[in-house]
Amino acid sequence: MNKRNLIVSSAPHVVSPVNTSRIMLDVLIALVPAVAMATYVFGMRALLLTAVCAAACVAFEYAVEKILKRDVTISDLSAAVTGVILSLNLPANLPFWMAIVGAFIAIVLVKQLFGGMGQNFANPAITARVALFVGFATAMTNFPLPVAQQTADAITGATPLGLFAKGMVEELPSNAQMFFGTIGGSMGETSALALLIGGAYLLFKKVIEPTIPACFIGTVAVMAILTGNDPIFHVCAGGVMLGSIFMATDYVTSPITTKGKVIFGIGCGLLTMVIRLFASYPEGVSFAILIMNILTPHIDNLTIPALNGVPKEKKAKKGGDK
Amino acid sequence: MSSVQKHLKGIHVDHCKNTAGCAITPIVLPEKVYIPMSQHIGAPCQPTVAVGDHVKVGQVIGDNAAPVCAPIHASVSGEVTAIEQKMTAQGRVDTVIVITADGKQEPAETVVPPVVTNKEEFLKAVRASGAVGLGGAGFPTHIKFNPRNPEEVDTLIVNGAECEPFITVDHQNMVVHAQDIMDGMLHTIHFLNLKKGIIGIETNKPDAIAKFKELFQGHPELEVAELQQQYPQGAERVLCYETTGKHLIAGKLPADVGVIISNVSTIMKIEQFLKTGMPLVSKSITVDGNAVTNPQNVEAPIGTPLPEVIGFCGGYKGEPKKIILGGPMMGRAIPNDDVCVVKGTSAILVFDEAFAQINAETACINCGRCVKACPMNLVPAQIYKAYNNKDLEALNKYHAMTCMSCGCCTYVCPARKQLSFINGNLVKGFVNSQGGKK
Repeated sequence: MNKRNLIVSSAPHVVSPVNTSRIMLDVLIALVPAVAMATYVFGMRALLLTAVCAAACVAFEYAVEKILKRDVTISDLSAAVTGVILSLNLPANLPFWMAIVGAFIAIVLVKQLFGGMGQNFANPAITARVALFVGFATAMTNFPLPVAQQTADAITGATPLGLFAKGMVEELPSNAQMFFGTIGGSMGETSALALLIGGAYLLFKKVIEPTIPACFIGTVAVMAILTGNDPIFHVCAGGVMLGSIFMATDYVTSPITTKGKVIFGIGCGLLTMVIRLFASYPEGVSFAILIMNILTPHIDNLTIPALNGVPKEKKAKKGGDK
Repeated sequence: MSSVQKHLKGIHVDHCKNTAGCAITPIVLPEKVYIPMSQHIGAPCQPTVAVGDHVKVGQVIGDNAAPVCAPIHASVSGEVTAIEQKMTAQGRVDTVIVITADGKQEPAETVVPPVVTNKEEFLKAVRASGAVGLGGAGFPTHIKFNPRNPEEVDTLIVNGAECEPFITVDHQNMVVHAQDIMDGMLHTIHFLNLKKGIIGIETNKPDAIAKFKELFQGHPELEVAELQQQYPQGAERVLCYETTGKHLIAGKLPADVGVIISNVSTIMKIEQFLKTGMPLVSKSITVDGNAVTNPQNVEAPIGTPLPEVIGFCGGYKGEPKKIILGGPMMGRAIPNDDVCVVKGTSAILVFDEAFAQINAETACINCGRCVKACPMNLVPAQIYKAYNNKDLEALNKYHAMTCMSCGCCTYVCPARKQLSFINGNLVKGFVNSQGGKK
């Protein structure tokens, strides 16, 4: 008896077990330490805000895809990732309705209206943060102090970068406080340690490469040293850790080649420090990443890898070797 | 940025070499064999026998005077009972000579060791052996051995990488027939006036490496290149670079960079022809997969129907849903098992429904895994997008025509895009149809 009706498909007939949902699940796992730390430092309000953001993002994604008659893709977990990352960019006491506006901007305006997964030109969470920051400047910069440091008449306070921008250097927290995260700020930005644990997990699972975070953080440190500032302070303060590990490494909006990633990471670091040191905003990570997001297609275009065995000839023609 | 890259990129796939160390057993002689006239790249053979003729093993039954062609021989003794049109393992309808075996397996009178004293006679013998690239390409070996620039060619590279998962017959032959392979290399080097021979073997075959190292002592012109365990070490361009450091740019022939590359089974079959005069009439095949009862290595006459080979291995286990001829990375899935063993058949892999599931595609997320996997240093995701936009300029900018369809990008793609198929097959068709070939 001959066997007929076999399944025919093109080679290869085996694939790696890693798919998009698995990658997004790994990112969510990597975000757990940061969310846990935010809950510890700022209380249950922080955890609630994360839940609201994630739920709102998933709901918006589902609704838009239904309305636009697209395949519903909430099971790939990308909307949940956007929600959690967005919440980490917000002060823990931000009104929920503002957070939902942020989720709308991230998922509906930035992601779905540009074509959905993989089509957005800028990171949805970053863009939403910048929009909220500009639109609700007071609420977005009214940072709560860690629960342990709150007093009857001081619930909120300036962030370390806010103090730095005002030149109140003597009031800055210690580098140890900065590293562990017992400081004021956006809920996910305070603990460098929690973010590094998440980053290490992503590196271990090969979800991200070290290129962008290393170039980003390295550039910030070098710029700090060159301008006579404390590199550890600048690396641990504000959104550098969160931005470099979880947002600048967003696949969709960062370059695809290693060379491109180097340029992207250095660009993010440079812009961050230029804004911190010379512009009127105390923090520049989100603007820096947003600008580099926009430049990504051009970086990709300029960094097409040379074919094996071809670059030497090209260099010889140009007559120079770096 | 100048970077000295020691190895080309690739991927790590489970080896699944379940049949490693498994002796190659000749199968029970089939009642009938179906031998197609086109088992190589080039002009198809014309039958040289007629229905009713009695043929013996090793007798020429098909040939063509065209320059690019290799003769085809009877794999069993018996009577030619039909010459018909039939679907072959290559997926096309071809002229097939049907021989009903008489079970005697008498060798033909022509099966005597050839007299070879110079290059011309050697090439004639290689042609007469019916040798074609047994790695799967099926290019006639006597053409490959006779480049246009013989004075510039000095190295023979023998491909013993066997980087495809599951397949172990080359490994087995390298261990058992190492002497034949070495003699074949020495003869090829001698008659083609080459300076050295390199056999490239992946380090997951330490016994084969040790065997050749021992045999090669006293032969300074022969060398074993230990290849890292990474797919696709056996791809021609990758093997060339990993063994000699020379880049084979798309469109160039191995001879252009001074090498001749041949599969280890091809070299073995040529040497066995030189020693015995018996041409290529049977093929070593790995039969494996989760829907075959007794996975093992077999030697089957060319033209054996697939069900006979599977039957020898205990038959199907459960309901087979996918049969792959060749390895899982580059092999071809066939719609039904009504085809026969040909010269290029190196493996028959049979899988159940769960394995055969085709994953749904999702959106490209620009993750760059394909870029990190591509041995040719391409950006598969961008080629894919350029093809979707039918953007000829972008396809050229991204060197789309360099793709060698190795399958690495598809393997790693988390969005389950058929990148390799699109970039390797559809893109080439499109670019050629636009006359835009660079």
